[in-house]
Amino acid sequence: MAEANLSVPSGVSVEEIRKAKRGSSALVRVGKYMAVRVLLLAVTVVIGLYLTILIANMGGYVDEIRRGEIRETISQRTLTDPALKALEPDERVRRLEELIRLEEKRVGLDRPFAVRSFNFLAKALTLNLGRATYMSSDAGSRQVRLIILERLPATLLMTGSSSLINFFLTVGMGLSLSRRYGSWLDKFTIGLSPVSAIPAWFYSLFLILIFAAWLGWLPYGGMVSAPPPKEPVFYALSLLQHMILPLAAWTISGFFGTVYAYRTFFLIYSSEDYVEMAKAKGLTSKDIERRYVLRPTLPNIITTFAFLLIGSWTGAPIFETVFNWPGIGRITLSAVNLYETAVIVGTTVIFSYLLAITVFLLDFFYALVDPRVKIGGEGRNV
Amino acid sequence: MNTFKRTIQDIFQYPSAVVGASIILVLTILAVVIVIVFPYQKAVDLWRAGEDVWYRSPKNAQPEWVNFFRRQDLPETLFLSTLEGTAAKTIKPVTEDLTQVFISFPIDYNYDFFPQELSIYFKSQFKEKKPLVTLTWVTPNGEFQMANFSIRETGTYRVSQDEKLKRKLSGLPPQQALFVDLKAPVLSPVKGPYELRITGNLFEKDATLDAEMVLYGQVSGWAGTDHLRRDLGIALLWGLPVALSFGLIAALGTSITTMIIAAVGVWFSGWVDELIQRITEVNLVLPFLPILIMVGTFYSRSLWIILGVTIALSIFGAGIKGYRAIFLQIKESPYIEAARAYGAGNWRIIFRYLLPRIIPVLIPGLVTAIPGYVFLEASLAVLGLGDPVLPTWGKIINDASNNGALFQGQYYWILEPSVLLMLTGLAFALVGFALDRVFNPRLRGV
Repeated sequence: MAEANLSVPSGVSVEEIRKAKRGSSALVRVGKYMAVRVLLLAVTVVIGLYLTILIANMGGYVDEIRRGEIRETISQRTLTDPALKALEPDERVRRLEELIRLEEKRVGLDRPFAVRSFNFLAKALTLNLGRATYMSSDAGSRQVRLIILERLPATLLMTGSSSLINFFLTVGMGLSLSRRYGSWLDKFTIGLSPVSAIPAWFYSLFLILIFAAWLGWLPYGGMVSAPPPKEPVFYALSLLQHMILPLAAWTISGFFGTVYAYRTFFLIYSSEDYVEMAKAKGLTSKDIERRYVLRPTLPNIITTFAFLLIGSWTGAPIFETVFNWPGIGRITLSAVNLYETAVIVGTTVIFSYLLAITVFLLDFFYALVDPRVKIGGEGRNV
Repeated sequence: MNTFKRTIQDIFQYPSAVVGASIILVLTILAVVIVIVFPYQKAVDLWRAGEDVWYRSPKNAQPEWVNFFRRQDLPETLFLSTLEGTAAKTIKPVTEDLTQVFISFPIDYNYDFFPQELSIYFKSQFKEKKPLVTLTWVTPNGEFQMANFSIRETGTYRVSQDEKLKRKLSGLPPQQALFVDLKAPVLSPVKGPYELRITGNLFEKDATLDAEMVLYGQVSGWAGTDHLRRDLGIALLWGLPVALSFGLIAALGTSITTMIIAAVGVWFSGWVDELIQRITEVNLVLPFLPILIMVGTFYSRSLWIILGVTIALSIFGAGIKGYRAIFLQIKESPYIEAARAYGAGNWRIIFRYLLPRIIPVLIPGLVTAIPGYVFLEASLAVLGLGDPVLPTWGKIINDASNNGALFQGQYYWILEPSVLLMLTGLAFALVGFALDRVFNPRLRGV
C-alpha cells in the first residue's frame, strides 16, 4: 500500500525544459515555466472533477432515481392526506403533479442534467460542497463539509500516523542497509520484501484472528471502546489500544518492500562516479552520505513523502471496513452505495486540490533547485 | 537463444525464485485440471444450488482433517437412505388396505461430541390417506418412542425442532439428549450402537414409503462447509483459475497497453505526448475504487466487466511515467538514428526498435503486478462487489466475515481462502523480485 513512489519523476520533461530555455534570465524562465504548470494543473483539475461528477451521477441516471423517489414519497403522502382525499380524482392528480413539480424544483431537478453538471462543477471548484440528500454526519448535520470534517481526524490519525511512522522507519532502515549491504540483516530484509505484495487489509484479517478472536488481547476493531472513557487519559489509552492492530497490519504490509526499494535506491546513488571520487579524496563516510548520497536523492524522497501525505487524505476504504474505523474511506464507500454524489464529489475535489497544490509546490521547488530548469541545460531524466 | 538460456540460469540462482516458480507451476497445472475436470457451468450450478442439493452436509462444519490434530474426534456426517440402498427396508402386508413398512437406520456412535442435528427426509406415494409413521430410538441402554405423525408426499423431520420430544427429554436439545444417559451426573455422549427405527402404516394398496436419515456431524469434506451447507471445496478449487486469470489478464493488459502508449507518446512527442501526460494526470484525480464500486452497483458485477474497467483505469497510471523516462533515453540511442536513416516508418520504429528494448523492464514489472490484481479481486469481493455467480476466494472471505466467522471461532472459513490467496500472491512476488534483479541492469550486482 505504502509503496515508495521512487520512479515518480520530477515532472520536468525535456519539452518543458526546452520551453524554459528560450527565456533570458533564470527568474523569467522559472516564472514562465511555473505559469505554464499552473495553467495545466488547473485544466487537469477541472477535467478530472467534471469526469468525477459525470461518473458519480452516472451521466444523469442518479437524477432519474431521485425523480422516482420524489414521485413515490409524494404519492404516498397524498394518499394518506385527508385534505386531498376529499378532492375530485382529476383535481387530486393535478395537485399531485403540482406537488411533484414543486419538490423537483426545490431540489433543482427541473433543469436538465447537462446544465446542472456544470453548476455542480462550479460549486465544487469554489469548495461550496452543498448538502447531502441521504447521509448525515454523526452529529446530525447534512452539510457535506461537516460530514467530511467529522471523519477527517480519524483518517488522519490512522493513515497519517501509519504513513509517517512507516516513512521515517523505512528511509532510515534503507539508508542503514545500503551502508552495510550484503550483511545478514540486508539479506533478511530482501528475503522478506515479497511479503509487501500482500495488502494491509489482508494481514489485518490474520491479526484480528490471532490477537482478537483467538487470544482476546486486543479489540476486533472500532476506534475507542464503548462507551468511550470520560477521562482524557483513558480515552487516549483506549485509542492507542485500538490502533495497535491497524498499525501492525500496515507496517507488516508496507515495511519490507519499501525498505528494499529505498535500500536499492540509495545503493544506486552511492555507486555513482562522483561518490567514488569523494571516497578517493578521503572524505569521511558521514560527509559522503550527506553531501553526495542524500542530497541528490532528496527530490525523490520529498516527492514520495508529499504523495504519501496527500494519499492519506482519501483514507483506506477496505482497511477501514475491516477494522470498522470511522474514517473518510468508509464514508466514501457508503456514499457510493447510497448514490450520494455530493459526498463523492466533495472528497474528490479536496483530494484533487491537494494533489494539484502538492504537484505545483514540488515543481516550484524543483525549478528552484534543479539546474536543468534554472540554467536550461539538458540532462538525464531520472 | 543463448541469452534466454543465460537468463534462466541467472534466475535459478535465486532459491526464492525457484520456490516461487514451482508454486506457480503447480497452481497453473491445478487450475487447468480443475477447469477441464470440473466444468464452469457445473461449478456455478453447484455453488448456487440450494438446500435440496446440499441437505446432506452440515452447516458451518470444519474440514475433516481437523480430526488428525485432535485427541477427541469431532463427529462425521452419517447419511443413510432406503432410496440408495444404504438402509434396510422390509414391507409386510397386513390386510388388503394396510401395509406396514419397517425401516432401520443403524448408527454406531463413537464420538465425544454431539452431532449438529438429526433429520429424516420422507418420500411417500399415496392417493388420499396419508401414511402414519412411528419413530423409535434405540440406545445402548434401552429404547423409547420418539414421535409419531402422518406425512405428506415429502416431509422433513428435524429432532431439534420437535418441542414435544424436547419436553420428554427433560428440556435438553433433542439432538444432544438422544445420545446421553439422562440419569448420569455428567451429560456426555454414550458411545455404542444406536438405531433409529421407523414403522410406517400405509393405508392404501399401492402406497410406498422411503426415508433418508442425515446425522449431521461437525466436520465435512476436505474444506468444510459454509452457512448454506455448501462445500467450500468448490469455491476453493474454482477460485484458483479465476484468481490466476484475473491477475494475469489484468497485469498483461495494463502493462502492455501502458508500454505502447508511453512509446507512442515519446516517439511522436509534441501534442501527442502532452495529451498522454495530461490524461495521466486527470486519471490521478479520478477516484479509482469508487468508480469500480459504481460500475459494480449500476451496470454489472460480472468479474469480466470489472476486469475491463480495472484495465481501462490503470492504463494511464503511474507506470506510464516510468516507461516514458526509459523511452526518452532509448530514443536518443544511435541505433534508432540508424533506423531512421534507412527510412523506417514511425510505427516500425516504435514496434520493432523501441518496444523490444523495454521488455527486460516490462517482465519483472508485469510479474510483480499480478499479486496486486489477484488481491484487487478479493478486495472488491470483501466490499460486497464480488461476482454474483462465480465462486471465488474473495467471496468466501466476504461470506465468512458477513456471518461472523471470526467471532464464532470458525477460523477455517477465513483461513483456507486466505492461505491460498497468500500463496498465490507470494509466489508471483518471489519470482517478480528475482526477475527484477536479473533483468534490471541498474540492480545487477546490488
